[in-house]
Amino acid sequence: MLRDITLGQYYQADSVIHKLDPRVKLGTTIIFIISLFVFQGAWGYAVAALFLALVIKLSKVPFQFMVKGMKAIVFLLLITVIFNLFLTPGEPLVTVWKLTITKEGLRMAVFLSIRLGFLIIGSSVMTLTTTPNQLTDGLEKMLKPLNKIKVPVHEIAMMMSIALRFIPILMEETDKIMKAQLARCADFESGNLIKKAKSLVPLLVPLFISAFRRANDLAMAMEARCYRGGDNRTKMKPLHYEKRDYIAYAIVACYVILGIAAGKLMPLLVSGIIQLV
Amino acid sequence: MPIILDKVSHVYGQDTAMAVTALKNVSLVIPDGQFIGLIGHTGSGKSTLVQHLNGLMKATSGSIYFNGEDIDAEGFDKKMLRSKVGLVFQYPEHQLFETDVFADVCFGPKNLGLSKKEVELRAYEALKLVGLEDAYFYQSPFDLSGGQKRRVAIAGVLAMKPEVLVLDEPTAGLDPKGRDEILDQISRLKKETGMTVILVSHSMDDVAKYVERIIVMNKGSVMYDDAPREVFRHYQELEQIGLAAPQVTYIMKDLQDHGYDVSDEATTIEKAKEEIKSWFARLSAVGKGR
Amino acid sequence: MDIINIKDLIFEYIRRDEEGNVEGVTTAVDDVSLDVKQGDFVAILGHNGSGKSTLAKHMNAILYPTEGTVWVDGKDTQKDEYVWDIRQTAGMVFQNPDNQIIGQIVEEDVGFGPENMGVPTEEIWERVEESLKAVGMYEFRKFSPNKLSGGQKQRVSIAGVIAMHPKCIILDEPTAMLDPKGRKEVIRAVRALNDVERITVILITHYMEEVIYADKVYVMDKGKVTLQGTPREVFSEVERLKELRLDVPQVTLLAHELRKEGFPIPKGILTKEEFREALDSCIKEML
Repeated sequence: MLRDITLGQYYQADSVIHKLDPRVKLGTTIIFIISLFVFQGAWGYAVAALFLALVIKLSKVPFQFMVKGMKAIVFLLLITVIFNLFLTPGEPLVTVWKLTITKEGLRMAVFLSIRLGFLIIGSSVMTLTTTPNQLTDGLEKMLKPLNKIKVPVHEIAMMMSIALRFIPILMEETDKIMKAQLARCADFESGNLIKKAKSLVPLLVPLFISAFRRANDLAMAMEARCYRGGDNRTKMKPLHYEKRDYIAYAIVACYVILGIAAGKLMPLLVSGIIQLV
Repeated sequence: MPIILDKVSHVYGQDTAMAVTALKNVSLVIPDGQFIGLIGHTGSGKSTLVQHLNGLMKATSGSIYFNGEDIDAEGFDKKMLRSKVGLVFQYPEHQLFETDVFADVCFGPKNLGLSKKEVELRAYEALKLVGLEDAYFYQSPFDLSGGQKRRVAIAGVLAMKPEVLVLDEPTAGLDPKGRDEILDQISRLKKETGMTVILVSHSMDDVAKYVERIIVMNKGSVMYDDAPREVFRHYQELEQIGLAAPQVTYIMKDLQDHGYDVSDEATTIEKAKEEIKSWFARLSAVGKGR
Repeated sequence: MDIINIKDLIFEYIRRDEEGNVEGVTTAVDDVSLDVKQGDFVAILGHNGSGKSTLAKHMNAILYPTEGTVWVDGKDTQKDEYVWDIRQTAGMVFQNPDNQIIGQIVEEDVGFGPENMGVPTEEIWERVEESLKAVGMYEFRKFSPNKLSGGQKQRVSIAGVIAMHPKCIILDEPTAMLDPKGRKEVIRAVRALNDVERITVILITHYMEEVIYADKVYVMDKGKVTLQGTPREVFSEVERLKELRLDVPQVTLLAHELRKEGFPIPKGILTKEEFREALDSCIKEML
């Protein structure tokens, strides 16, 4: 059950997107997310949708696989949509009981759900095509300048990569401890919130103990293998930009220009055509 | 209370591309009071099987009957089932969480909604059954040695007064001393309480000494289900699936293969010794007769 | 040439109660001296709590002596400037396969040590390849460690140590958490390292069947070395081993039981072939 979450999972495939430098993917994801808030109107979103579709196609990750990862957040999406639908003031469209749907509300809800949907799919394309390790490597190298202002970039990256390595192990462990306590007739489901929270103690205490034990062991193993921080370390898989990475950056730049232009110019163009007709 | 498994199958991740069949058509009868060894190497399905016995996992197909009742039937009391079929997981000490040993053992019976007095009585009895001395009762379980922690965890299940006790690899990670102590203790409490005990293990050497019946699992199916002696006869087949008969079997087999007139049925040192002695006696009788 | 010298090693740690007050001092290793020759296969046996793991951690400069000295390849482990040299010379493999793999892909984990040592990228790849091949895990190089069995994970850990090109590898109960199949895999890999690559092996274990191939066996109890010698010499002391509640190979035990019954069987039988030959000579002698 815990293993079914696809968000943040890697999908093995041989595609251009997989081969791109993680920095390109990270950068693009950030730009894409910003673009969703900068682009205006339906035309802007159309460009974003096109871009996203192109990337998904190139990534060779089945679309259903991405959608499966979204199931977990559909609920969140729904809440946002409903709030916007009913709580945005403006020109009323329909009134049900005391709730009024306004034109502006409808507009907001639609755009917001598109934005959120794109945002989630966009970032999951990144995580699905980039191993967590590449991701942390990318982050480390991208953030390296921050070293100068005493940000422990290497340590943060190492922490992230260890956390990622141990998430599946700890999930499995949670599963095991839960079953062990269920076998002792523990009840995790019934009762009010306080009772439920209390019932988690037999699960959380062993889990924390195990996590600390593992941390201790791991620290020792790392020391035994001569780990002493990021200085003088070489890389087995150093990051180099290749031709395809520059091409990717160029495409992203085109995308941004196109999106902004589309948002600003298309409405003018359309109204011009209408006027002409 | 007997347990009957009728053509039980379990598939992980059914309806997905990664479906894995963990159990295939397993049919078993577990009568009252038996001491059973459930053997198989990692991935043979033995751990999956035992989690079906107390309803922690639900069979994909087939049925399980506890005392004649289908455990998947609507309204069947799963909590009652879990208290009657006590399951001790691998590395059970990882489930300890209370501040002292006694409180931890109380957890199970407390969940059954018993009175405080009854809970404490049961916890006390359970700790006595696993042979833990009173001096440890109010210590933190985390200060105990590996073997002691494991006893406490087993007591935590025993305190529910199960009629069937299932132990998944109870000796994993213990040293020989801890291993022998735990196995002896289990065998003793089996004798004292008369409950059904199922010992899950990948080591034939561990179970050969204790159990009266061995069930060998391979790739999700029951491969052998018989008395130890009968099962160990198939030592070559056992080897092929990554298991081994007790070392003594190989010694006796080797003698037999080289023309020694000994039986290869001995599974313990004691029996092997007797067999070799009687063989010598036979030899010398023949020798003297000449 | 000795790779490890331990002289009069004592290691004590202070027990504290919950408030941090000193409760007492435990002597985990009590006056141990031993030397390990380059290229040897040495086994250290003993119970949990016998001090064998504590001893092992001294050989990798993870723990430092309270008294006495430990030299690894002639370097005193207590001198700070040698720490990294020592950890590179004497690599260490631990018990829990899950808690010592750092990388999320097999090959990346094996590369972790060389990366830390500052080995150039190209050489890291060479080392990773040869190390994974040495333990028979090369075909799994792209796997996630979570998809491997316990025995396979331990072999990856061993490869991770070999990639640092150590002279000596210390294995602290590498098989304690494995099933019989995994145990065999790991021991086979370790023996190959010793035989083929001539790496000194120090194997800490409580499984008797794993030490019969060792050149020398040390048995520890209560922080001291109580028995030492070749496997045959050590296993001759069946009664002593039983007293320590350690396992004895069943064939050795059977031979011992028969000897007690008056059969003229020599001490320290280790294999079934030896046992059969011993019985043969019994027949000749007794009949």
